[in-house]
Formats: sequence, structure tokens, C-alpha cells
Amino acid sequence: MPEIRLQNLRKDYGAVNVIENLNLEMADGEFTVLVGPSGCGKSTTLRMIAGLESVTGGEIMIGDRDVSKLEPKERDLAMVFQDYALYPHMNVAKNMSFALRLARMNKSDIETRVKEVAATLDLTAYLDRKPAELSGGQRQRVAMGRALVRDAGTFLFDEPLSNLDAKLRGQMRAELALMSQRIKKNMIYVTHDQVEAMTLGDKIVVMKFGEIMQAGTPEELYRSPANKFVAGFIGSPTMNFLNAELSDEGGVIIARGDGFAIPLPDSRKGALQAHKGRSIHLGIRPSGFVEGGGGLKMPVILSEYIGAQSVLISKLGDQQVAIEVNSVAPIRVGEEREFTVQGDEVHLFDPKTEVAL
Amino acid sequence: MSIASTNRMTPYLFLAPAGLVLAFALFYPICYMIYASFLDWNPSQRIGEADLVGLRNYFKLFGDPAFRESLGVTLKFAAVVVTVEMFLGVGLALLLDRNIRGMSVLRTLFILPMMIAPIVVGLMWRYMYHPTVGIFNKTLKSWGFDGVPWLSNGDWAFASVVIADVWQWTPFIFILSLAALQSLPASAIEASKIDGATGWQQIIYIKLPLMLPVLIVTLLLRLIDSFKVLEVILVMTNGGPGLSTEILSLRINRTASEFRELGEAAAMSNLLLIVLLILTFTMFIYNKAQDARAARLRRVEEEA
Repeated sequence: MPEIRLQNLRKDYGAVNVIENLNLEMADGEFTVLVGPSGCGKSTTLRMIAGLESVTGGEIMIGDRDVSKLEPKERDLAMVFQDYALYPHMNVAKNMSFALRLARMNKSDIETRVKEVAATLDLTAYLDRKPAELSGGQRQRVAMGRALVRDAGTFLFDEPLSNLDAKLRGQMRAELALMSQRIKKNMIYVTHDQVEAMTLGDKIVVMKFGEIMQAGTPEELYRSPANKFVAGFIGSPTMNFLNAELSDEGGVIIARGDGFAIPLPDSRKGALQAHKGRSIHLGIRPSGFVEGGGGLKMPVILSEYIGAQSVLISKLGDQQVAIEVNSVAPIRVGEEREFTVQGDEVHLFDPKTEVAL
Repeated sequence: MSIASTNRMTPYLFLAPAGLVLAFALFYPICYMIYASFLDWNPSQRIGEADLVGLRNYFKLFGDPAFRESLGVTLKFAAVVVTVEMFLGVGLALLLDRNIRGMSVLRTLFILPMMIAPIVVGLMWRYMYHPTVGIFNKTLKSWGFDGVPWLSNGDWAFASVVIADVWQWTPFIFILSLAALQSLPASAIEASKIDGATGWQQIIYIKLPLMLPVLIVTLLLRLIDSFKVLEVILVMTNGGPGLSTEILSLRINRTASEFRELGEAAAMSNLLLIVLLILTFTMFIYNKAQDARAARLRRVEEEA
């Protein structure tokens, strides 16, 4: 399986520029997730790779081949669509074998292949049914099966789970993860759901307005987001952002804001020297607050019980913050609780460029 | 009257005006025609004065070679025009189902013939087919060919009326096919591209099968219409030369106005009506079957 490279990719719809200059490399056999809010260009990018959307400029390299001008069928890929895109007039077996029949593969080989894949997807009992006679989850699996039978070099997924209900989505996500472990192929997956992105991707590419905000492993994106957008997009519940000012107090850099003062670790001193005395944006994940310690006294405005965890909505000064705590002790609305924030849990962003400091 | 029974009556009350209109405008003439087909009736007589002859008109028809020929011409005409129109209409729709600049203008132009009154279409084509001043023969002659006896030779005349009908009614199939084509699930067609289907394979394996329900109804509608065609042929050839283009509705018209056999004309109309009823029922049953199938699938889906 070849690696995939997007070089200076550009897409215009008439006078509207959707993607200006996209560069991305996907290693051989990597599961890449393109994620971002709607309208960020992730689906367009995927459709350009598929050949369903023309490329205005730049190249799409699969291995050494520039495929950007080739027909979809010449690109050696399989795709799973958001609405499954099954052929309504063909039964499951015919749907799955369509590509093989077009390729004039021999009949008994087709049958074996279809049966094999159907067995792995629990579809054997439904091979004679038409798509309309299947449930959403089964249709989803047929769409997956149709891609798998092909044995293509690259698999593309365009929000394949977004039409399923929450429970089924969780199930299918796990199945997908297992499948990608089993068949090591290039996979490119588009979603707007950061949980899907985090759980499935070897590499996550966060996009916004046709640009890549950050590309990296799920952990990199979570631990060290490159900018405020990625910080806010990855992680659930979302990161709290507060206004603060950096000051040097007796050799320690302190982020001071409305109702809080958090000393930052010495290791960041060098990088932060230039920003002393300036206002910055400060980001703390809801899980970055640790109970006790007496650093911050905060009122409980609202408590959302989730199970093992609860999310508290509280206030720091005038600004609302979410805090994730273990649901051990009962939480009463209105009570005041004490939290501390470790300096290494704090993310800092330039207020103008929103780039991480 | 109790409220419940009033409520039950309400829908019928609303339907009553339409029912009355139907009764006068549709059932009365049909009953009149059926009754007339059992009479030996001359236009100079009042209907009460005509003699009741039972099924004689019908038996006479089956023994009448002119009627049989006319029925044959009608069947041949319907089969030929509908086949040609289906191929052309669906083909054009497949060809023009794309986003190119000016396509909407082109589509509008294509459906213009359908909007012209049939009499005008007949006159227009008659002038174009004119042996000396018509555009076809003039063009042929200017190229050094002999003129074609468009309307004066039996075979050519049949071809000529077929061409005129195809010209007028292909757009009908074209717009219905185009609508069907544009309502197809775009992602299924995209999926077929990824699966490796060429343009032709997309048409044969995906587009046409998915359009089939619409195409069948379109075909039946056109078939019904082509059995009733009258004006264009009346103006162009009046059934001639000989009986070569005398379709049934023309024969009925002549039997009534020229041969003054109202009873026989009514019997013919009834036979035509029966043929059309069979076609209409076919369509009705097909639609019912489609609906039932859709309902069954919905049920399965809900259970799943």
C-alpha cells in the first residue's frame, strides 16, 4: 500500500475558494481522520481524493502516481458514504459484488469473496435482501462490506456513522476499529465528531475554513494543541478559556486573572519571557481542576451527573467554567468547593493569533 | 341525526358536487354511447326513432376488413411511435442530464413541440411535407435527389405521420425521464463510479433500473394517448392514401360523419374504450403493486 500525499491542493467553486493550499502526508497503512466543523472542507478534500470532485490545483499522489486527473475507478479505492449509497434495486450480495462483476472476476471467486466478507460482518443471513428491507445498522454494514470485498489499496469513509443512533454508532465504531487493525490499509475517515476521531485515528487532521489547524496523533492533539481552535475542538467536555495576564513574581511566572492566580512551571519560563505583562488566553481542561488544596474557591452553579464522573458548572470571577470531578461525594448546587490547577495543566494562547505559547 | 352519523356523511357531502359533474359529463355520455352501439341509427333520426339491433353492429365490425385494417394501423402506429419516442426521450434525458451552461434553455426548447396545438402541428408538417413547396423535398431537390412522396405513398405516409408524432411527443417522455433521472440518489451513482462503472455501465446497471417505475408509467400513458391520436393525422392525410394511415379514431369519425352509421361508430368507440381501459387498468394495477411493495418495505424497516 502506498502512502498518500496531498500537495498544494486547491479547490474553487466558481469564484468561491474552499480550499486554498492544502498539504498533507499520510503514511502507508495509516488511519487518518479528517475532522472539523461543517464547512471546513474535510468532505471536499475526501471527495477530491476519491475523484468525485475535480481538483482546481495541486496534486494528489498515491505512491508515485499523480491521480488528481484520473477517474475514480483508476485510483484503486473503495468508499463508504454517509447515506450508505447502496444500490436500491440490488440485493445485498449483488450490492457487495457489483465492483467485482464489473471487473469481470470469475463467478465462483466472487461468491467466495462475498461470503467471506459477509461472514465477518454478520450479513450471511441477509444476502438475498434488498437494502430497503434492512435496518440502518445492517445497511451500514453492507456499505462497509461493499468496500471490503474490493480489496482496494485505500479506503475512504465519509461520515459513515452519522446516520446511526448513539448506541449503534458506538458499536460500529468499535467494529471499525477492529477492522482497521485486521486489514492494514490506508484509511481516510471524515467526521465532525471528535470522539470518533480520537478513538479511530492513528493520525487526526483538524481542519477549519479549508486549512489544516493541526495534524498529529490523538494524544499530541489533546496534550499539546497547536492553537486555541484545536484546543477547543478536541476533548470533551470542551476546554475552558479564561482571560489572564502573565507576571513575574519573585522569579515565578504567574497567570493572573479574575479570581485566580496560577503559578506556571519553570520549564516554560523561557518561552513565556516575551509575554510577561501582556494579556493572554488561558485554557484549562475540565479535568485539569483537582479538588482540594484551597487554591480556588468556586461555587457550584449546576451539576451534571454522568456516572462515574460529574461535570460541575462553576464561576471563576465573572467567567463560567466546567469542571470534571469524580462522583464520589454528593454535590449540592450552591455549595462552595475548593480546587487547584497544576501549572502544567494550563494551556496558553496568544490572544491575537490564537497560537499556543 | 346523531353527531357520529353526520360526521360519517361529511366526506360524501363534500364529494357530491364533483360526483354530480362526473355523472353528467362522463357517465351519461358513456351510457349514451353504449346504448347507441346497439342501434341502427342515422344522424337524421332522433335516438328514440332508431331501431334496436342488438349486437349486430359489433358482429358487422369484426367482419369488416376496413375496420380490421384500421385496427391494425392503430396498433402498428402505437407500437412504432411509443418505441421510437421511448428510445429518443430517454436517450435525450440521459444526454442532457448534466450541468452545462445554457442547458436549461435547451431543455425548454426541447419541450416546445408538446405545447403546440395538434391541429397546428398537423398543418405545419403538411406544409413541410408538401411535394413541391415543402422544405423537405425542396432541400432534397437542391441537393440533386428526387423528391419523396411523403404523403401520397402509403408507406411513406405512415412514416410521415410517425415522424410528426415522434416530433411532438418525444418531449413528454424526455421531461418525465429527466425528472426521474434527477431524482435518483446521487450517492448511489457516485458509488458506482468508485466501484468502477463506466458511463454506459452506470446507465445500464444503475440509472435505467432505478428509473424503471417512472418509465413504465410513462410508457403506458403514451400508449393510451397514441391510441386516441386524431387531429394531426386528420389534418395531414385524413387517413389516406387508401387506408394506410387511417387509425381508429379517424375511422370512427368517418363512420359517423361520412357513412352516417352512428351505431357502428359507437360500437367502434366502445371497442377502443375497452382497449384503453385494459391499458389504464394495467397502469393502475402496476401503481398499486408499487405502492404495496413500498408499504411492505416500510413495515419491514419499522420492525427492524
